[in-house]
Amino acid sequence: MVPVLIGTTLLIYLAVFALPGDPIRTLGGDKPMPPAVYQALRHHYHLDEPLIVQYGQYLWGLLHGDFGETLNGQPVSDVMKTDWAVTARLAVTAWIFELVVGIGLGVWAGRRKGGVVDTLVLSGTTLVIAIPVFVLAYSAQLLFGLKLGWFPTAGTDDGWPYSYLLPGIVLGSASLAYIARLTRTSLVENFRADYVRTAVAKGLSRRRVLVRHTLRNSLVPVITYLGVDLGSLMAGTIVIEGIFNLPGIGGQIFTAIQIKDGPTVVGIATLLVLVYLFANLVVDILYGVLDPRIRYE
Amino acid sequence: MKVKGIFVGVVALAMAAAACGGGGGSSSKSKVFTVANIEPEHLIPGNTNDAYGLSVETALFDTLMTLDPQGKPVPQDAVSIDSSDQKVWTIKIKPGLTFHNGEPVTAQSYADAWNATADATNAWGNNYYLSTIDGYGDLNPDSGKPKTHTLKGLKVVDPQTLQVTLSQPFSQFPYVLSYIGTGPMPKAAFTDLKAYEQKPFGNGPFMMDGSWEHNRQINTKKFAGYKGPRPAKSDGVTFKTYASRDAAYTDLRAGNVDIDTQIPAAKVPEAKRLLGKRYLSVPSGTMDFLEFPLYDPAFKNPDLRKAISMAIDRQAIVNAVYNGVFKPTGSLLAPIVPGYRANACGESCTYNPQAAKQLYDKAGGFKGTLHLMFSNADPTYEQWMTDVANQLKQNLGIANITFDKVQASDYITKLTDHKATGPYRSNWTMDYPSPEDYLTPRCSNPTRSGYDGDPCEALIMKANAAKTPAEGQQLYQQAEDLILKDLPITPLWNWQDQAGYSSHIGGVQVDPYVSTLVHLDQVTVK
Repeated sequence: MVPVLIGTTLLIYLAVFALPGDPIRTLGGDKPMPPAVYQALRHHYHLDEPLIVQYGQYLWGLLHGDFGETLNGQPVSDVMKTDWAVTARLAVTAWIFELVVGIGLGVWAGRRKGGVVDTLVLSGTTLVIAIPVFVLAYSAQLLFGLKLGWFPTAGTDDGWPYSYLLPGIVLGSASLAYIARLTRTSLVENFRADYVRTAVAKGLSRRRVLVRHTLRNSLVPVITYLGVDLGSLMAGTIVIEGIFNLPGIGGQIFTAIQIKDGPTVVGIATLLVLVYLFANLVVDILYGVLDPRIRYE
Repeated sequence: MKVKGIFVGVVALAMAAAACGGGGGSSSKSKVFTVANIEPEHLIPGNTNDAYGLSVETALFDTLMTLDPQGKPVPQDAVSIDSSDQKVWTIKIKPGLTFHNGEPVTAQSYADAWNATADATNAWGNNYYLSTIDGYGDLNPDSGKPKTHTLKGLKVVDPQTLQVTLSQPFSQFPYVLSYIGTGPMPKAAFTDLKAYEQKPFGNGPFMMDGSWEHNRQINTKKFAGYKGPRPAKSDGVTFKTYASRDAAYTDLRAGNVDIDTQIPAAKVPEAKRLLGKRYLSVPSGTMDFLEFPLYDPAFKNPDLRKAISMAIDRQAIVNAVYNGVFKPTGSLLAPIVPGYRANACGESCTYNPQAAKQLYDKAGGFKGTLHLMFSNADPTYEQWMTDVANQLKQNLGIANITFDKVQASDYITKLTDHKATGPYRSNWTMDYPSPEDYLTPRCSNPTRSGYDGDPCEALIMKANAAKTPAEGQQLYQQAEDLILKDLPITPLWNWQDQAGYSSHIGGVQVDPYVSTLVHLDQVTVK
């Protein structure tokens, strides 16, 4: 964990440092900034020191639980506390949606290959995958938010889950399509396996064969996808957060990169890495539960 | 069952994680209205120079002067402001005014705020605006730490009288005093500035109701102890923070926000249709220019610059890119600035492809590839630069034109370091409606364009020292003429702000000189 943390922070730090431009001058914009103020700001953000010293100071601060300061003078830890909660809620809403509905659709379609439901699910998911997410987001906002008024149009005023439902569904829709298809294909394949035929021959009910024997095995690739996807959902919220005006890390990291706000980018990105690692760990553990053959010694 | 159990567990855990932390939000539907805003950078007057921070401070702070509907400075917290030589200014402050925490507003409150602002060690955003005060240099040495932390030119004569000595005569000083950045600060602020910024006590008609909720909202309520000239007619105003102008506009349509002063130009036809009389187009002080890098020998010839300026069809671009809402201009000043002359630039800024081509050929044309430079901060920059490129190709016959789209974080650095590769987008937002505010940045050396600004700066200095406003205006106009004759920068268009408001509010008084475009104190809630 520690080497990974040091490695990622260093890499991200270097990447931000390599971005062109001078954050302090950007801060001044078109207005004149007196040289004395410029120097004072550079000093305040340690920009007048060599890269390695800057990084050392950052790590030292990190050890003391200090994530540094944004270019607006706000502690990065405060920014992360509030914004991470929003993004986490959004990602988890999307994730639950794709998990429940995606697997549900997959099972429904996979039970009878080539049936009406199967064809509908296949064509429906193709459509969803083909539409860019921002088109989906704007259309959903216009139709369900503005015209029908079923969901709040934007913002987090209504709290979780109501404010997060529509953006969560839009965010999760593309992954949902993949999960439905993955579950379906996996199921169809396993239905042909010998052990399923044996189970049916033993006279087990169709339901028991499906849930106990087939689905369990079929979920291995789906779980892999779900685990990795939680991380990508976190990272992929920039567009959705912007459209639905959710104050999460997506918008925060976007502006931070634009103005070259090092501490903010590093702080948020590092936490993203941690979430990703954690999700992968959970996936690894779940493997063993689902399929005893890959259980670790 | 094991699988199912773990699944349920994971989902339950996830839901618990999502539910904790809680949203909240204001539900009190008293006579409070909402204004769409974008997250401010700062909320201390001396440190706030972003439009969104200034909007909030307009509600929280009063200044010594304010601007009347004609853009002339008139007293707000001051009783009077006098100077016989434009250098020593005596300001009398109204008695009995208080901050939101009960502290009286005195000459010392202003002196304290200005000393902190001018002090380079604080590195506040409005430091520069106090550079005219005597002793500013001591607080902002070119190298090393300042030796003193108080401005020599500030003298608190008595609690109600402040005497300000400037280093040079400056007739526009009352304008500076109307800028929110010169607002006062209570003593309590200086014990912990970081905490103060999260809940600033001002002296304006509205006071903070709770702390600054970053990226969400800023709640204010009516200040009951307000004795100034503009008491609030509502119970408070909430500034709702939006990630983008589009998101704010969608919320205005949904009726979730009462005032939106940032309707994107692309949405104007729709907004006009939907809002009817509640749609407002307000003249703005913001200007777009095309500036030339005079340090590049290719652009040394003024005739070439003139030819390029004349080959640009400003109206066509505004129609295509900004839905016709921005106004093509031939002046360096915005129309809302007293002293503005329509098309001060004359034929040099008037679209005339034939004359442009003639002048272009006379100047010897342009060899090689013409680079047009802009930042990636907004997609419309590329759109209008593409139009400019097409017009230059068509009207002047410049065959090779490429775009240098620069990372926003690098753009200003490139310009100040004189690394522009060709004509570039330049922009100015108004601080106060004086020609001085628009002209000084064009002339004060070192200029971004590499233009030798000494002659026009001399004229500006003379104007600053002028005895009467009329005489000053004449000299400013001479300076403007001089710049437009040399044309290191050519004006393109003047922005217009597109605003809309909901049917829940009344008393909407539009004023282009207020950062919020609407007098917040006058707004009533139905």
